[in-house]
Amino acid sequence: MIAQSIVHFARLLRSAGMAIGPDRVLVALAAVEQVGVLRRDDVRAALCAAMLERHEQQSLFDEAFDAFWGDPQQLAQSLSPLARPCVGKARRPAYGQRLAEALRAAGKAPVDDGAVAGRPLDGRFTASEAERLRRADFESMSTTEYEWAKTLAEQVPLPIAPVRRRRHQIAIQGRQGGRIDLRATLMRMARQPHTLQPVFSRPREEPPSLVVLLDISASMERYSRLMLHYVHGLMRRALKVHTLTFGTRLTNITRCLRERDPDVALRLADAQVPDWNGGTRIASALHAFNRLWAPRLLGGNAAVLLITDGLDRDPNGDLPAEAARLRRFAHQLVWLNPLLRFDGFEARASGVRALLPHVDRFLPVHNLDSLADLGTALRKPLRSPRSYLN
Amino acid sequence: MEELVTLPASVDAVTELLAAYNYVCERQLATALFLSLKLQRPLFLEGAPGVGKTELAKTLAQALNTQLLRVQCYEGLDVAQTAYEWNVARQMIEIRLAEAAHAVGREQLVRDLYSRQMLIERPLLQALTQTRSPVLLIDELDRADEPFDAFLLEVLAENQLTIPEYGTVVATAPPITLITSNRTREIHDALRRRCLYHWVGYPSAELELDIVRLKAPGAPERLYRQVVAFVQRMRTLDLYKAPGVAETIDWTRALLALNSQQLDPAGVQDTLGVLLKHQDDIAKMQAGGTLQLLDALRAEASS
Repeated sequence: MIAQSIVHFARLLRSAGMAIGPDRVLVALAAVEQVGVLRRDDVRAALCAAMLERHEQQSLFDEAFDAFWGDPQQLAQSLSPLARPCVGKARRPAYGQRLAEALRAAGKAPVDDGAVAGRPLDGRFTASEAERLRRADFESMSTTEYEWAKTLAEQVPLPIAPVRRRRHQIAIQGRQGGRIDLRATLMRMARQPHTLQPVFSRPREEPPSLVVLLDISASMERYSRLMLHYVHGLMRRALKVHTLTFGTRLTNITRCLRERDPDVALRLADAQVPDWNGGTRIASALHAFNRLWAPRLLGGNAAVLLITDGLDRDPNGDLPAEAARLRRFAHQLVWLNPLLRFDGFEARASGVRALLPHVDRFLPVHNLDSLADLGTALRKPLRSPRSYLN
Repeated sequence: MEELVTLPASVDAVTELLAAYNYVCERQLATALFLSLKLQRPLFLEGAPGVGKTELAKTLAQALNTQLLRVQCYEGLDVAQTAYEWNVARQMIEIRLAEAAHAVGREQLVRDLYSRQMLIERPLLQALTQTRSPVLLIDELDRADEPFDAFLLEVLAENQLTIPEYGTVVATAPPITLITSNRTREIHDALRRRCLYHWVGYPSAELELDIVRLKAPGAPERLYRQVVAFVQRMRTLDLYKAPGVAETIDWTRALLALNSQQLDPAGVQDTLGVLLKHQDDIAKMQAGGTLQLLDALRAEASS
């Protein structure tokens, strides 16, 4: 039956990590019914339109589609009542890691979505000699740390400045300026006749969405776990946070950190990032970010929080140009630098000197050993970034 | 009474209908559009700027001979600008009149104040009150902020709008909804799952050739082929913003205006600003990129 095949296909996609609810399956059934099964590309297009949610899922879908429905000639056959979907028989090693796992698991109970979604979309990376690909080994959080992370996320001031939105909120008696909200005024008049008490509104101020670029190279080894805890805390603070790590390559770990439990979140992030404690290529990482992610993440006055020591070992990157470009994309660029052992910090390293002129805020963090230290550092008053250059 | 809009009966019919109005598209897009019409689901179109997302809505409205209602999104967009607004000035006058007459009871007055006549309709509400299904285009949704997404959910899923003071307005003729996004922000999953999704990519060379011939008529066939081959190659380069179809069309028109019969290095350099909109990209092309591309094209043509 067509219906049965589509349901099986949806289950395959689901176990490969795509969130396809029963509603989507119903739409897919209706869609295929409308276009008919005479043309393979029509069926594919119909299932695409009904089941996909974002462009990134396309490649996974295509592989799954080809694997599931087999050859074009077999389509009509597999849709006939007698045929069974050819799960697991096809050329398995050629597929993405996740799909292969999903195919293996087909027939068993569906895998837990949350855990699977955290795995990398592109599971096939090849290790090159130039890079040292490693896994970090995070110990789980102690109770004190957990308490501190909570405090840090809830009470410590944000490193970014709030932005004024175009949306309005009620202001107290026009004291803060603003304009008269006619609709609300009239509602008040309807409630209390014979009075005219104007209601004012003013533009809302709120923290902008935040993009965290976290350096996880060897020189940052002591801090990456700490910083991930901090970022994870920020994400729970009803803030919109996107997190990307970079060492020798750029990885988006936002979805891993959405997990509420910090230990689970860090484990997921650990599994996703291939280049823990390797070299640093800040310029290349910024270039990749500017090209691929900046147009997508930096809309709506987003701020960038760059967490790095600024020690760049990139032979062929143009760090000043990339930093300048990032500054133009972002509404504000904040640099949090944890590698400051001594109070008398001087901007000597070339990477540091290249970055400093382009940041709006510079947050040096001395003697960072615990989340408590980070909290203290974030409460301190700021110095202008350019003052470090003299 | 409800007037029915005649919907195309098959995917091929959609393709033909759009082609009749100078819009050629891939079969996959035609399929998605056909399904959106048949299943009465909004169609969510995502893709780079200049690949014809907005144009599709305009063409569809023309082809179905129905009204196009457009919501252009920007940050801070709210109910008053997109759905409805109470005509507060008129309400104030009604209150004054009622006071002067001393005749109307308070309950009656409140009921009159929040009646249908006091509503000013904006595109979303208009889309629900037409007698003939309109095409509702919610353009560049990624530019609006998130609260606006949430506000759209009811209209998209139920074809209705709830106005707290008035009640629920249900669509007389369900609108044909198209949403476009350039992906400068991730649209929430809740909104995505109420729509059919289609990613509008850059067209294949043959398709782009058809589009350019249609949209910029009057050039020699050789120029069309060169332009399309050049742009297609350009998209494979490492650029901040690859040229879209709109840029290809503009560029062809620009070359036509300059009376170019074929591509030559000087002509290309002078008109790069039509194709590329980032200074870094233009600098890269001027520093040898153009010549390399033209050489590659020549080599390809002669082989």
